[in-house]
Amino acid sequence: MIINHPLLGPRDSSEFYHLGDATLINRPDPDAADAAEQFYEYVYIRDDPAGEYRELWYHEQGDRSWLVVTRNTLTHEISSVELARDVARRQGK
Amino acid sequence: MHYSALQILKQGLTGNKGWKPVWREPKPKSAYDFIIVGGGGHGLATAYYLAEEFKQANIAVLEKGWIGSGNVGRNTTIVRSNYLLPENTPFYEMSLKLWENLEQDFNYNAMMSQRGILNLFHSDGERDAAARRGNAMVLSDADAVLLDREGVRKMCPFLDFDNERFPIKGGLLQPRAGTARHDAVAWGYARGADRCGVDIIQNCEVTGFQIENGVCSGVETTKGNIKANKVGVCVAGSSSRVMALAGMRLPIETHVLQAFVTEGLKPVIPGVVTFGAGHLYISQSDKGGLVFGGDIDKYNSYAQRGNLPVIEHVAEEMMAMMPMLGRARLLRSWGGVMDMSMDGSPFIDKTHIGGLYFNGGWCYGGFKATPASGMCYAHLLATDTPHPNATAFRLDRFRHGIIIDEKGQGAQPNQH
Repeated sequence: MIINHPLLGPRDSSEFYHLGDATLINRPDPDAADAAEQFYEYVYIRDDPAGEYRELWYHEQGDRSWLVVTRNTLTHEISSVELARDVARRQGK
Repeated sequence: MHYSALQILKQGLTGNKGWKPVWREPKPKSAYDFIIVGGGGHGLATAYYLAEEFKQANIAVLEKGWIGSGNVGRNTTIVRSNYLLPENTPFYEMSLKLWENLEQDFNYNAMMSQRGILNLFHSDGERDAAARRGNAMVLSDADAVLLDREGVRKMCPFLDFDNERFPIKGGLLQPRAGTARHDAVAWGYARGADRCGVDIIQNCEVTGFQIENGVCSGVETTKGNIKANKVGVCVAGSSSRVMALAGMRLPIETHVLQAFVTEGLKPVIPGVVTFGAGHLYISQSDKGGLVFGGDIDKYNSYAQRGNLPVIEHVAEEMMAMMPMLGRARLLRSWGGVMDMSMDGSPFIDKTHIGGLYFNGGWCYGGFKATPASGMCYAHLLATDTPHPNATAFRLDRFRHGIIIDEKGQGAQPNQH
């Protein structure tokens, strides 16, 4: 698989470390009343879709940036790559 | 028809005209007492033990494709019980004991061959870990032998003992481990279940569950709706997709694991050998092909095919361990999709929906577990209580912090 890095251009996926679902950006509020329940879902429970999937990749062998990659888990086709920083900022993080 | 040497002789003398189809191809009835969703190894084993061991009747197995078309026909056929944690060891040792009697039990040749598994270690730290694991195995009634360098050399003189980077310091041997013909395991269980009256319905995909007021009363399929008192889902590799039909989210990610086979060679490897400085397991089939595999591809996938970096990595490990194989030619590679659970351990449990049961999360260790998984799931379905050897495989264990993390990797499915 080739990941089209927004800053560096096309890079081989073996340069990256795959962390998992992009919802991991949304860490729950530890002070919330139901924080334990929210963290249980955050850490352990996944949608795991067959089809379009937004996921976090870390450019470990490169510029060490975190990316949000939208990829189809049935075909491995990548439809968009963004800097995780930009995604997080857009979500007000 | 009972299979035996006498039967072969009799059929041979009468022109082989008396052989019957190995299982029926029935139409689905409108209702069953038990429906098993998934005609893989675990589903067929569950149906077989439900009928044969727990004396239940009116059972159907529904399979989307043809039986054995998923992971039971895609694995590297290794059977072992070399586990460490007390939640796992009795279960896998029970499985190995069932394997040892399987062929006599279901009257089918599964080519079970106890040729041993040798886990190499390459450092003092790894030797300590191997000794600890071996002790845990012996305590759980399994067998384990700690070999030093010379012991390994006697067994496998062809290994690269003088590799500068990964010198072989010894190995942990489980002599009773081995391999089994994976397709024959599915066929044997299917035939055994069919002989007990189980309806095996192929090309019948479950497309929904009939759930009302928190109780499941049947399934919707491509062959119509079928009622059932109890529905047991057993579809590892597709668990997230199928359980989503019941509105459930699971502590599972689906990943792809590749496997490989070379062209047929003369006998070179006596048993199963694993590389300790990476992840590589290799054995030789009765046909002569070297069957091997390594890590999962480490990204979520339902594609049943992987990518080249893993192939390269596995080939490099093979060269580090057995340089003599450098000229062996790869015949085929393929992929299977795995339920990778959050702690690397499986689930055999009820769900919060009445009448709906779940078996999955086998990561890439499901094949060896087939008999025990079938037996324990059948126990749960028949009695509504977990089998004593499978009480820890709960679906709610992450909520309560009672995880079974055999490798100590944390909630990171691609690292298990």
